[in-house]
Amino acid sequence: MKVEQISIFIENKSGRLAEVTTILGFAGVNIRALALADTTDFGILRLIVNDCDKAINALKDKGFTVSKTEVVAVEVPDQPGGLASILHVLDKDSINVEYMYAFVERCGANAVIIFRFDETEKAIKSLLSKGFNILEGERLYGM
Amino acid sequence: MPSYFNNEFETLPRAALEALQLKRLKDVVERVYHNVLFYRHSFDSIKLTPDSIKSLTDLQQLPFTTKQDMRDSYPYALFAAPLEEIVRIHASSGTTGKPTVVGYTRKDIENWADLMARTLVTAGAHKGDIIHNAYGYGLFTGGLGVHNGAERLGASVIPISGGNTARQLMIMQDFGSTVLTCTPSYSLFMAEEARAEGVDFKKLKLRVGIFGAEPWSESMRAEIEEKLNLTALDIYGLSEIMGPGVAQECFEGKCGLHIWEDHFIPEIINPLTGENLPEGEKGELVITTITKEGIPLIRYRTRDITSITYEPCICGRTHARISRLSGRSDDMLIIRGVNVFPSQIESILVRIEGVEPHYLLVVDRKENLDTLEIRVEVDERIFSDEIKVLQELSRRIEKEIKDILGVTCSVKLVEPKTIQRSEGKAKRVIDNRKL
Repeated sequence: MKVEQISIFIENKSGRLAEVTTILGFAGVNIRALALADTTDFGILRLIVNDCDKAINALKDKGFTVSKTEVVAVEVPDQPGGLASILHVLDKDSINVEYMYAFVERCGANAVIIFRFDETEKAIKSLLSKGFNILEGERLYGM
Repeated sequence: MPSYFNNEFETLPRAALEALQLKRLKDVVERVYHNVLFYRHSFDSIKLTPDSIKSLTDLQQLPFTTKQDMRDSYPYALFAAPLEEIVRIHASSGTTGKPTVVGYTRKDIENWADLMARTLVTAGAHKGDIIHNAYGYGLFTGGLGVHNGAERLGASVIPISGGNTARQLMIMQDFGSTVLTCTPSYSLFMAEEARAEGVDFKKLKLRVGIFGAEPWSESMRAEIEEKLNLTALDIYGLSEIMGPGVAQECFEGKCGLHIWEDHFIPEIINPLTGENLPEGEKGELVITTITKEGIPLIRYRTRDITSITYEPCICGRTHARISRLSGRSDDMLIIRGVNVFPSQIESILVRIEGVEPHYLLVVDRKENLDTLEIRVEVDERIFSDEIKVLQELSRRIEKEIKDILGVTCSVKLVEPKTIQRSEGKAKRVIDNRKL
């Protein structure tokens, strides 16, 4: 029910994103989804990729600090109010979203929202009980 | 049962040790008064003759010798022996201007080898050990100093010197090194390289590491011992006094460094007033060399900050112990009027769990106000996928430094290995102020 995400520490200076993506390209790693959180000094690049371990090894080899985190991928209809319907459920059950990002499935009618919760198990249970479709990691990596 | 290199001198009862010191002190004062113009003038100016030395406390009447005096005497003016008697010349790195030059007679070299062998035994080394000596060989006293002591002891010494870390690791594995000698920061650098190259220190035969030539902390010791799988001990020495082997932490006690009092008389003074401080109080270490012939120094101000204890040690050696050096009086930064030692910041950083001591202090002056930026490398132990966790870490470091040192600073988190590593002494401060 959970998806593996890798997070990379990058300094806020030119060329770092290019460096990361080039390393992944050479390693033959395909990026499925990404989000960048930034501050004035540094940023954290979060990625869902087709081969998590390969990506981590390639980046560590080049001296990057990388970590693996479990996130949840939820499918919602790609239409107005789709995301709001999920957030209402979470709010009612007092589940905190640490951060989230979204992408639209290729030639599909659905959008996928990646969530990082403080209480992952509780969030999964709550969403499943309301009938939301939670994507397996394999499905996402192979998209 | 601890072993000694020189049982008699290392365990000399206090009274006998002090009698020996007094005899040797009188002798050295006599020699410098007659052979070194600098000392003749400085003693004359305060109407003091060698006869004035009647007890060890009379030493306190003598004027200090400073690094500047050594620079002013460049290259040979402080030598007390004629050049024909000098068999070796070393010089310390001159960060500002000319280096300071030291000359050794044959007897000095022998004493140094004896003291360094004693130092190695104190650290738990013995004949049969393979000593991997990664201190730099050359004008710097570290490499050759340890080398001669290791040979005197009868251990097998590998004169690998500093640098080329991949080769160091290969030789350590293949030659079966049992004792490592280098700077503490270089040992951690080796550990990083080893991890990158898949070398496991647990599989090496290293038993003891003798680390010195720069200040380090207890937390750094814990980190080195864990990563290199050995007992890490502190060594002290400086080229002006002799080189490595002036003082050494014992394997048994691991608490303070025995300073070899049959050759050196230590004092602790207030660096601002020059007054002698009582046992246990922190101040600047001042050393008088009482056996040196080439360049004997009277009350040399080392600029190293430490304290001294004469309490007996469990290892049985009667020589006083100095505490781990906590900084150099001339490394001191004055930031907005506050005295700050880089080592104080280091100890705060290492106490905050997970922060590896790879940091750099950048001091600048913006709109007439000093600024202090602390760059800290983010490794896996402190990294989080959440921004707030990293920001919290920065804020915690800033707060602790403000609380403890009273200086405002800003922490900048940087990528691993972006702070320059040195294979000798670590560079911890960049001061961009144009004063």
